[in-house]
Amino acid sequence: MSILEVKNVSKNFGGLKALSNVNLSVVENTVHAIIGPNGAGKSTLLNCFVGKLIPDTGSVMFDGQSVLGRHPFEINQMGISRVFQTPEIFGDLTVIENMLIPIFAKRDGSFRMHALETVANEAEIIEQAEQVLEEMNMADKLHMHSAALSRGDKRRLEIGMCLSQEPRLLLLDEPTAGMARADTNNTIDLLKRIKDERDITIAIIEHDMHVVFSLAERITVLAQGTPLVEDTPENIKIHPKVREAYLGESV
Amino acid sequence: MLGLDRKDTRLLIFVVLLALCAPFLLNPFPTESAMAQFNAGYPDLMQRFAIYGIFAIGFNILFGLTGYLSFGHAAFLGVGSYSTVWMFKLLSYNIVPGIILSVIVAGLFALLIGFISLRRSGIYFSILTLAFAQMSFALAYSVLTPITNGETGLQVYTDDPQYLQSVGSPNVPNLFGIVMRDTYTLDVGAWSFDFNNGYYFCAILMLIAFYLSIRIYRSPFGLMLRAVKSNQQRMNYTGLSTRPYTLAAFVISGMYAGLAGGLLASMDPLAGAERMQWTASGEVVLMTILGGVGTLIGPILGAGFIKYFENIFSKINDATLHSWFGFLPEGLENAVVWILEHFVGAGWHLTLGLLFMLVVIFLPGGLVEGGQKLAAFVTRRGSDKKDKTSGSTEPAE
Repeated sequence: MSILEVKNVSKNFGGLKALSNVNLSVVENTVHAIIGPNGAGKSTLLNCFVGKLIPDTGSVMFDGQSVLGRHPFEINQMGISRVFQTPEIFGDLTVIENMLIPIFAKRDGSFRMHALETVANEAEIIEQAEQVLEEMNMADKLHMHSAALSRGDKRRLEIGMCLSQEPRLLLLDEPTAGMARADTNNTIDLLKRIKDERDITIAIIEHDMHVVFSLAERITVLAQGTPLVEDTPENIKIHPKVREAYLGESV
Repeated sequence: MLGLDRKDTRLLIFVVLLALCAPFLLNPFPTESAMAQFNAGYPDLMQRFAIYGIFAIGFNILFGLTGYLSFGHAAFLGVGSYSTVWMFKLLSYNIVPGIILSVIVAGLFALLIGFISLRRSGIYFSILTLAFAQMSFALAYSVLTPITNGETGLQVYTDDPQYLQSVGSPNVPNLFGIVMRDTYTLDVGAWSFDFNNGYYFCAILMLIAFYLSIRIYRSPFGLMLRAVKSNQQRMNYTGLSTRPYTLAAFVISGMYAGLAGGLLASMDPLAGAERMQWTASGEVVLMTILGGVGTLIGPILGAGFIKYFENIFSKINDATLHSWFGFLPEGLENAVVWILEHFVGAGWHLTLGLLFMLVVIFLPGGLVEGGQKLAAFVTRRGSDKKDKTSGSTEPAE
């Protein structure tokens, strides 16, 4: 059963063909990686899923509903959460406050005028936030300013914020970009744990082959805006076209 | 207490005491002494402290929490004043209908301006609000003269209908018969203290406004507003629509400004367009930054600070300076007075500018940060010498 269905999506920027006729289907409860060389259109494709870009042609269906023309916050409310290449968190707020916001958003919707309630009285939501932070191994940093966190912690916080909303589809945009090897491995372990413990579908864009082959169950290779091939990691590794187009001599 | 935690309750009690004891605190010098000119405890100025405190508290809800810097808030102040004077003209000198109307009208006006201006953020938002305020100012002088009475300013005339004005009730702004400008003067030895009805009315409203702002700061809504300031992209991708949050904050702060405007007119039943000018909008920005952006008590301190300087420094003139420096040799006296006279009287803006620069450079967190540093210093000294008890009651926020 596919949860995300992309059909004939094309996108041009002026004369540049960023995507042409992309067809892709992400199966529920799998980890699906989208790889490809720089400029292959990976980020453009991801931006079409979350409402940042609207493709020129084609359709993007999430769970039977079109996401095209909807605002990012509406798409999030449908059940898609996104992790950015550089962690996007609320740097001015503390770690626990960062975690409360998505949980409020999940409970109260995109806007609610709760100006005379008190955050400190929302015991249930605070407990939930603490639980997620525990899961992210950040329970000792609750009241830290989130801007002061290390890169790896910021990434974990962002992933935690997305998970706290219990999304059905988690989109990861190069989650280990710019990370040291140890942090990368930690993130891989975290994502593996998430995948095992939750009913969640993950779509991941990644440069780092180590990350891709440790996590993905399905891989789509994108080159020059078109899917070259879609297969299991084992087959991708040995696929001649892929080796030629992307992996080169390194594998 | 009242849904606040202990720290906030302490802060609220501190502000309540400050407001109730203001007539004493602001008149520390005996009436006949040379220092009496630094006394600020006269009714007109005390009313301004409270009213501009409300204005700045409201402004801080928008600027301090969401980071949207409005340069047109004086427009709401002016609209509030006009609404109140119109109620005086049409109904009666009772201030209640006027104040209610001023809050409603300012809120609606803020809804309109905010709806358009909030399509942009950053400097473009500031410029849009500035443009709207200046347009309102220009309109009040030209096309809208029938409503605003143009340059003369809107005031109550004897032939105004005043449908609800009963024969016995006072012919000046009053609250169900309590006349706003009535003052009870208490003489204690050489000192004298003024207790003014209008001041206490404004102070009570300021305390309510302050209490509500604490509640907003501590609410999930306040958390969302701080999230807007921090990272709008993350907010959008977290399923939150930023526009209604910023618009709500804008309207709330517009209503605070309307209330302040209504109170200004209730203390002195006159409304002029100059209240909407950009300098008035700039003033509330200065108050908020000077006091401490995003802090609870900062705007009140900033408003008091600026209004004090505006009224006290501007009163000092050449003659006062000569009397202070009379002990110096003639030539030196003239030189000192020549230098200082640029900083007092009409030149008080120069002093304010210098102080503003010093605060922004050395205390980016405003007077509140200054207070915190002072408190930390005193506590450190206190713990070094354990026999000395620390007497600091500086609020943390």
